[in-house]
Amino acid sequence: MDERREARESGSGGWTRWAVAGPPTVFLLAFFLVPAFIVVAASFREPGEFGGLVPLAAGWRAAFSMEAYRFLSGDLVYAQIFASSFAVAFATTLICVVLAYPLAWLIARSPRRRRDLLVLLVILPFASNFLVRIYAWIMLLGPANLLYTPFAVIAGMVYVHLPFMVLPLYTNLEKHDPALLEAAQDLGANAWTRFWRVTFPLSLPGIYSGSALVFIPVLGMFAVPELLGGTGDILIGNLIKEQFLDNRDWPLGSALSIGLTIAVLACAGIAAAGARRGLQGTEAVS
Amino acid sequence: MRRRSQWILWAASLAVYAFLYVPLAVVVIFSFNDSMLNAEWVGFTLAWYEKLLGDGEMLRAAGNSVAIALLSSSVATVLGAMAGIAMHRYRMPWLPLLVLTPVAMPEILLGVSLLLFFRQVLDLTLGFFSILVAHITFSIGFVAVIVRARLAGMDEGVFEAARDLGATPWMTFRRVTLPLILPALVAGFLMSFTLSIDDFVITFFVAGVGVTTLPLQIYSMIKVAVTPEVNAVSTLLMALTLTMVLVATRLAPDVMRRGR
Repeated sequence: MDERREARESGSGGWTRWAVAGPPTVFLLAFFLVPAFIVVAASFREPGEFGGLVPLAAGWRAAFSMEAYRFLSGDLVYAQIFASSFAVAFATTLICVVLAYPLAWLIARSPRRRRDLLVLLVILPFASNFLVRIYAWIMLLGPANLLYTPFAVIAGMVYVHLPFMVLPLYTNLEKHDPALLEAAQDLGANAWTRFWRVTFPLSLPGIYSGSALVFIPVLGMFAVPELLGGTGDILIGNLIKEQFLDNRDWPLGSALSIGLTIAVLACAGIAAAGARRGLQGTEAVS
Repeated sequence: MRRRSQWILWAASLAVYAFLYVPLAVVVIFSFNDSMLNAEWVGFTLAWYEKLLGDGEMLRAAGNSVAIALLSSSVATVLGAMAGIAMHRYRMPWLPLLVLTPVAMPEILLGVSLLLFFRQVLDLTLGFFSILVAHITFSIGFVAVIVRARLAGMDEGVFEAARDLGATPWMTFRRVTLPLILPALVAGFLMSFTLSIDDFVITFFVAGVGVTTLPLQIYSMIKVAVTPEVNAVSTLLMALTLTMVLVATRLAPDVMRRGR
């Protein structure tokens, strides 16, 4: 692989390289990386009187402080909201696994021609606007008196994120060697045992990557709790939105964003480690 | 035994498909319902669509959405293609990280960081320009992934042949690479167009008060009340993005199958 890449590279001089990679790099440095660092910097600043931040001209003492972090750690409410965000993300992921599994399995075991159609049918609802999908649940749950409850939040979260679980799981299940299941059957394992001892352990890498794709966006979601949840169903995302748009306490909002970033990085790390360990397991089996 | 487990699998899958489709079907059906309330079926009407056509605010929002989507996906296609080619061809380990992180992180983080950047650092009035920049930022990664996948599936021999025949890098690009990645470029463009016209979260933070897009308009409507007009605009939007996705799937089947 690396040799091939070297062969590809050898033909072009240094300037072509930068002519190609330069423009997108500069754009993303300016509008992704720099803003990301500004969030870090803003979290150590003092909020301005009418929103924004205290200007740097006011001097180091007036402009910088740890106040946002002191505030966050001083009030148990924030820890509780982080905890309930994790709980919602966990429940959503778990339900997504349960719902996605039969679907992914059916698709993986279908004949090639039908497979593409079945996958397309999973992606299509996903092509409708995110707000439209939430609105559908407002319509459905309103008459049933289930709107503005934790149930509605979870239902909406699952609905919006389910395809993210189906696709990686299907990609994983598709690769399984049917000979393994046949071998298990020949050795006398029934369907139940075959599933739990062969298929499920082999599909763990797929579950891990699907979980990362569901868990991470759910952690930061604000629109679902805002539209489907009650006042008590606030998550980290709502808290961040509140600080930036309603209370206009930008340092506190920034500090919360950093908290969310750390949580996301931790989850991504766990998922990556899990997927890798799972893969090693696969090698051991096959 | 085999038969029965097969049957259970189909039944469970059909239930999940129903879970995916019934809510959207309800939205579509009630957009044709001749009643202010979204409660029971009264009779067929196109009145809600007529009402939409007369809704100046909604039309302006739709116009903004289309303009931003066209501009942002054009720029994102060019920048994303460059990033995709560079990721495929050069050893720059930091490049995928820079290009793909904006795609992988929760949207709200990109939204607030751009809000801070535009207001605090650039002291810019939020509006058309800030939305445009934000949309380009999150679209680049998608185009790059599609283009890279297309290049990875190709025979390197054609590029070597072009070089051996004395083509300059520019000629190789113009006469060999570009025609070969064209389907990926069209798919990438359609993908970013769809993402842009659909985006709510990031736009919500960088839009300010002056400029409204279609999703923002829908949001402010459904925050207040459930009206069949929302069903009508949702149905139209669904038809539009559905067409886009189907065309994109046709053009780059191997890419779309792998999901986002």
